[in-house]
This record gives sequence, structure tokens and C-alpha cells, in this order.
Amino acid sequence: MEIDPFIFRLSIFILSIFVGYYVVWSVTPSLHTPLMSVTNAISSVIIVGAIIAALAGSSESIFETSNIFGFLAIILAAVNIFGGFLVTQRMLQMYKKKKK
Amino acid sequence: MSANLSALFYLLSGILFILALRGLSSPETSRRGNYYGIAGMVISIIVTFLSVSNFGYGFIYVIIFLIIGGLIGSFIAFKIPMTAMPELVAGFHSLVGLAAVFVAISAFLKPDAFSLGVVGNIKLASLIEMSLGAAIGAITFSGSIIAFLKLRGIMSGAPITFKGQHFINLVIGLSIIFLIYYLCRTQASNIFWSLIIISFIVGILLIIPIGGADMPVVISMLNSYSGWAAAGIGFTLENTALIITGALVGSSGAILSYIMCKGMNRSFFNVILGGWGATDQTSSSQSKEQKPVKNGNADDAAFLMKNASSVIIVPGYGMAVAQAQHALREMVDALKKNGVKVSYAIHPVAGRMPGHMNVLLAEANVPYDEVFELEEINNDFSNCDVAYVIGANDVTNPVAKSDPQSPIYGMPVLDVEKSKSVLFVKRSLSPGYAGIDNDLFYRDNTLMLFADAKKMTEEIVKSL
Repeated sequence: MEIDPFIFRLSIFILSIFVGYYVVWSVTPSLHTPLMSVTNAISSVIIVGAIIAALAGSSESIFETSNIFGFLAIILAAVNIFGGFLVTQRMLQMYKKKKK
Repeated sequence: MSANLSALFYLLSGILFILALRGLSSPETSRRGNYYGIAGMVISIIVTFLSVSNFGYGFIYVIIFLIIGGLIGSFIAFKIPMTAMPELVAGFHSLVGLAAVFVAISAFLKPDAFSLGVVGNIKLASLIEMSLGAAIGAITFSGSIIAFLKLRGIMSGAPITFKGQHFINLVIGLSIIFLIYYLCRTQASNIFWSLIIISFIVGILLIIPIGGADMPVVISMLNSYSGWAAAGIGFTLENTALIITGALVGSSGAILSYIMCKGMNRSFFNVILGGWGATDQTSSSQSKEQKPVKNGNADDAAFLMKNASSVIIVPGYGMAVAQAQHALREMVDALKKNGVKVSYAIHPVAGRMPGHMNVLLAEANVPYDEVFELEEINNDFSNCDVAYVIGANDVTNPVAKSDPQSPIYGMPVLDVEKSKSVLFVKRSLSPGYAGIDNDLFYRDNTLMLFADAKKMTEEIVKSL
């Protein structure tokens, strides 16, 4: 019997939850705010879906309802990607060690 | 680009995202981690373009919209003050949620573009995945908007509760499951739209009963939701990068919620079901108002700290509100010149989001190796000469250790009262967020400094 590809994706999902669990516990508490902003940025990889949605169909039908939702999602995700990574970078740059 | 090759690249992005989070285990590696995250994102986007390989008009529009969003995001990232970080993160969560809803809608309207079947006959598994993604996304969106409004102060932080609230939430929650079931049977678009609208309403109802003091839990929780929404969409699109990321973000947010709940000694359900500030503690605080307190001024404080050998600073959100962090660092610099050893003690729930206080101190150029977490520093209070409490309140209340009647009993607190003397900067004797009177005010070794945190600190700097 063949295994449904869904099961593979479910396996990846569950294993990633475990990876996330151990990785996040090892994050130092002083970096919890950057952790939140960077998780925010990476969850905007949903832009992948937005791009597929926006580019679906032929060139003549590029502004059908489904494409428009795709374009809107691209803007939202792009705000998040740029905003999230840059604000994380800004924060991380402020963490300095004691000058000896 | 073949589907197999792009799947491998998405896996690579997923790994880079894991490394991005891994980097945050120490400030030295964190910046490199952030670059890994950016690299993962760039790979994902390029691979998507190549695999769709539709470089007509649409492609140009995609680039234009990407740039518009990017400019808005960059502008916000550079302008935002560090005190407003919680609102920003809440706002960003709402965008992820809404983006998930939009992607789900277009997948529903044009399933063939995502190879999920045709309109009216979408694969069952895909339909379940996309409706879960859309529902969680919608809850994340409206919940984050409410959290944003509360954090910004546009909406009162007081919990909004009404009779039968839990019952209504339960009914709506069940109706979501019911709608998903009917959607799978009928594939009717009306049901899909109702599902999204109801989910928006649930998001609002979930967050309005939660009080301002519990915002750290709420933000972490919404962080988690945004991850699960992304994972739901990832399953729909059969995209590994999204599934991995969704799982990472989901578990990250869940762990942060857990840490925040533990920092307040409350169960997750207790927070979700709402209303800490709602229980009134007025009777006990009125009777204590009569007790004598020792009142001091900046000169007394300066004298005490100058002659101390070690000082521990206990900052809280009040410090951030008063914008006192820069003045505070000047004070610490002056003390260090006098040979005083200074460290900072941070409670897990200090501030409005996890780790907020650390960022604010880092912004004021406080080296991170002088800043300690509760467990690291709590034993040092008994050997310290002066504890300088600025803008913190409930997290220093010894009642949490002694009075089982108190609502904050059992909450881990900083053992500030064990130091030889305590300097407590506060505007008045009013109780803190939890609405509980702080026993520390009336201790013999406590000197109250009634003033604005910034002004008081500046005056101390002058008299040092």
C-alpha cells in the first residue's frame, strides 16, 4: 500500500514542532522580544502562497478576484517581512557587552 | 523549475529559519541568525517565482506590490520607538493573520492554480486545511487588532466581560467546527464566507475579556496562532517551508505564553477566561493606607547608593513609560565611578511583552552582561546594600510569598526586601496593575521616593 503524501507533510510538521520546542527553550530570555519579531518575519513566508495566488491564470485575467486577494496578501506579507527582519536587526544591534 | 527541486529549496529555507531561531541563544550569534532568516526568505521567494514561471504583466505587479509593502515595513521598522514594540508586534501578527485569510480565499476561489481540484470539487483534505488556516488566520487578525488597540491605549486595558460570555464563545467555537463540516459536504461559498466572518468575531470575543496586565500572555498567544495559521496554509499549498515555519512559530509562541503564565503563577486558562483587574481588592488596600511609610528625597538616595558596595536596579514598565532608562544609565555610570558594583534584575513579566525590559535597557546602552533574570539574581539581594526599584511594583511584593489570601500568592517575585535598604521610586502609594497593595512600602528598610521616575533619577545623578 502506498503512503499518502499528506502523512509525510504531517511528519515534517510534527517533527518541526519538536525542533521548535527545543530551539526556543534554548533562546536566552533577554532575547525574547527579538524572538517574537523574527518569528513574525519568518511566518510571513506565507508570501509564497500570495505570489502563487497573484500569478494564477493567464496575463489577460490577472485582475480576477482571486488574484486581487493574492496581491493584497503580498503587500501585507511584504510589510511584515521587511518590518520584521529590520526591526529585529535594529534591536540586536543594541545588545552590547561590557567595555573592559 | 521541477516540483521536486523547488521542494528541496523550500526545505533549505525551513532549515535556515531553524538556524535563525537557534542564533538567538546568545546575543553574539543572534545577528548572524537574523541573516540566516533573511536568506531563507529570499530563497523561498525566488524559488516561488521560478516554479510559477509566469513572468508576464503579473510579475511586474507582484514586484511593485512587494516594493510598496517593503517600503512601508522598512519605514515602520526604523521609526518605531522601542517602548512601542508590543504594539508593533501585535500589529504585525494581525497582518500575518489577514494574509493567511487572503491566501485561503484565493485558494478557495481558484483551486486549480494551487492544484487542489476545481471550483465546487476541491479535495477534501485541502478544504479542511484551508478552512482551518482561514479560521485561525481570521482569529489572529481580529484578536491582534484588539490587542493592538489595548496596548496603544486607544481601547481601555480594562477587561470587558458580560454575562454568558463563556457560553457564547463555546457556541461560536462549536459552530466553526459545524461550518467546516458543512463546507466539506456542500463546497458552498456562502459557508466559507460565514466561517471567516464568525472567526473574526471569535478573535474579538477572545481578547476583550483579557486585562492589560495579561498582555504579555496575549501577545505570545497570538504569536502562536499566527504560526498555526501559516502551517494550515502550508498544508493547503503542500509547501514544506511554510509547514516548518508554522510549526516553529506556533511552538515558540506557545512556550512564551507558558513562560509568561508561570511568571505570574497563573494557568493559561485562567488568563484566557479573563479579568484579573476585575476582582476588586479595594477593601484591603484602604485599611493599609494608614500605615506609616518612610519618605526620602534624591539626596538621601544619592548618599545611600554612593556609600554602598553593591546596588541592584529593579526596573519595570513604569521606567519605560517615564522614559527614565537613559537617566538611569547615567546614574549607574556615576555610581560605577564611585566603585559601586551595579547589576540589573529583571522579572519575567516586567514590561508589556516577553523580554521587553531587556530591549529597553539595551537601547540605553546597558551592557547585557549586567542584566540578570530572576533566578540568576534572586539570591544576591541578601548580600546587596541597596535595591533601587524603578517603575516595578507587583513583581517585588513580598505578599506573594507570605499571604495565601492574596491573588498574587505563589507568583515568583524578586526578593527585594532582603537587601539592606530599598529605594522605591513611585509617584504615589497607589496599588499596581494587580490592584494589590505592596507590603514593601511599609517595611523598615524601605525609603519611598515619591516622584516621577525620570525626574527622581536625574536629581540623584545631580547630587551624586
